[in-house]
Amino acid sequence: MKQAVDVTQLKVDPQTSRLITAEAPRKISDFDKNALEEALKIRESLGGEVVTVTATAEEAKTTIREALAMGADKAYIIKDPAIAKIDTLTTARILAEAVKKLGEFDLVLCGEASIDSFSGQVASRLAEILNIPQLTSAEKMTVENGEVKVERALEDRYETVKAKMPALVSVTRGINQPRIPSLMAIMKASKKEIVEWNLQELGFTPEKLDASNMTVEVLDVSAPKVERKKIFVKGETAAETAEKLVEALLQEGVVGR
Amino acid sequence: MSEYEGVWVFSENQPLMLELLGKGREIADKLQTELTAIVLGSGVKEKAEEAVNYGADKVYVVDDPKLETFQAERYLSALASLTSQYKPETFLIGSTKDGKALAARLATRLNTGCVTDCLQIEVTSEKGLTARKIVYGGNAIATITWRTKPQIATVPPRTFEKPEFKERKGQIIQVEAELEEPQTEKVEVKPLEVSQVKIEEADVIVSCGRGFEKKEDLALAEELAKVLNAQVGCSRPLAEDRKWFSEWIGLSGHKVKPSLYIACGISGVIQHVAGIRDSKIIVAINTDENAPIVEMADYIIVGDIHEMIPAITEAFKKHLSA
Repeated sequence: MKQAVDVTQLKVDPQTSRLITAEAPRKISDFDKNALEEALKIRESLGGEVVTVTATAEEAKTTIREALAMGADKAYIIKDPAIAKIDTLTTARILAEAVKKLGEFDLVLCGEASIDSFSGQVASRLAEILNIPQLTSAEKMTVENGEVKVERALEDRYETVKAKMPALVSVTRGINQPRIPSLMAIMKASKKEIVEWNLQELGFTPEKLDASNMTVEVLDVSAPKVERKKIFVKGETAAETAEKLVEALLQEGVVGR
Repeated sequence: MSEYEGVWVFSENQPLMLELLGKGREIADKLQTELTAIVLGSGVKEKAEEAVNYGADKVYVVDDPKLETFQAERYLSALASLTSQYKPETFLIGSTKDGKALAARLATRLNTGCVTDCLQIEVTSEKGLTARKIVYGGNAIATITWRTKPQIATVPPRTFEKPEFKERKGQIIQVEAELEEPQTEKVEVKPLEVSQVKIEEADVIVSCGRGFEKKEDLALAEELAKVLNAQVGCSRPLAEDRKWFSEWIGLSGHKVKPSLYIACGISGVIQHVAGIRDSKIIVAINTDENAPIVEMADYIIVGDIHEMIPAITEAFKKHLSA
């Protein structure tokens, strides 16, 4: 589960038009809640244990507590400031090491992308590193007889795909409506365990995490420039307003072609 | 000198691959290198020839009955084997859902970087590329560069224009690749009813938002669309919440770039705006003059859609029939 920037609460530096993310609140990336919801449903029908894994550069306990309130049994947080600057390949490698350290598993569930960087690569890269089947962009999923079956809505077709577990499934926002924890569940969550790991425990030296070893580099993140005319069209009557608009649009040459 | 050389393009979706050839040609010309298309499939000679006629200098073809339909592990192993052998410097891959997963997996196997959903790709330094993509839910554009080769980028449909068809000569090379067995099994494949005309290709769009209170009122938008030979679209709430449409325009839906976008009763949350940003002219009709859509519009009418849309329809009728 990724602790992401709440993208609805971002500010832009008026001078540089750079995005200020430091002050924006943090939350669980929406897609990851869908993944957790799906995991909880499977546990409810088939039993088992649901644990969450988070790699983060910042303090994330408060955010991840929500996953425990939703119903996860235990949370693992890998925290290191270096994680702020790593690429998707390194993120996937860290998560892969964490999954291996956790031991046997049936399913790894991920959101198909994160709400902030929206790269959508970590799930596919993680499954590739773990060398397990991957079923991406799931709109529906079922688990039966050691197999996971997924429905995927693609650009031109609807597919039902299945694979033997252990497997990785990445889910869309449409797969479910994540539950909202009750007050009781929130109180209970405060007693659940959050385990913190550092990167050394997972075998990552500082050198491996150095910027020079990353595959990509983000040069800039800025608000898009908006250059619109912003002309208010107004007449005495609706008909007159409409007439003025139509004349302007004909002048622009965007209609009647 | 780097051992990596050349620009490659691949998409399992042929129309998208042709678009990539346009951008790929531009990059290859700037770097004075070759443009190569990768064609995977069964009996794909025509596709390979088409790639040449749309700009490829060279086409590597893996023609195998096992590649007839898209299967991730088979396609991935074919691409991994080709890239390891011929070492392209840049690799553009079509950003379908399958294409994106494929690109991320390929990049993992090659220990390299991948930038997904690039909206711009530029040659900035000697051989170095930078890409731009939308991040933070449409609030920002990130500029990203690669530190490793091959530089893998995925490009969504309709981002770059399909180049012009020209009878050209190119090298078509059949190659063998060892194909891995699938890790997943397709149980069922149903073609989606794709609407005949794609909203991405519309020149004029009349788009409806939450300002429409009753489904019957959509007729107002349809009538205006008819006069303008336009398509009708909507923002996410009308599709997701009210189920009046099956698809919507926005960051999570279709990204459009018509000459004229008429936003009727659409407030213009950032996710919607991210899907219409490339429109040439945006008109907003909204009762709220402080709605975010106003900041994004060229022409704004503060008014009620139920009154204004018919008035605009009438005005267009008068002018366009004249």
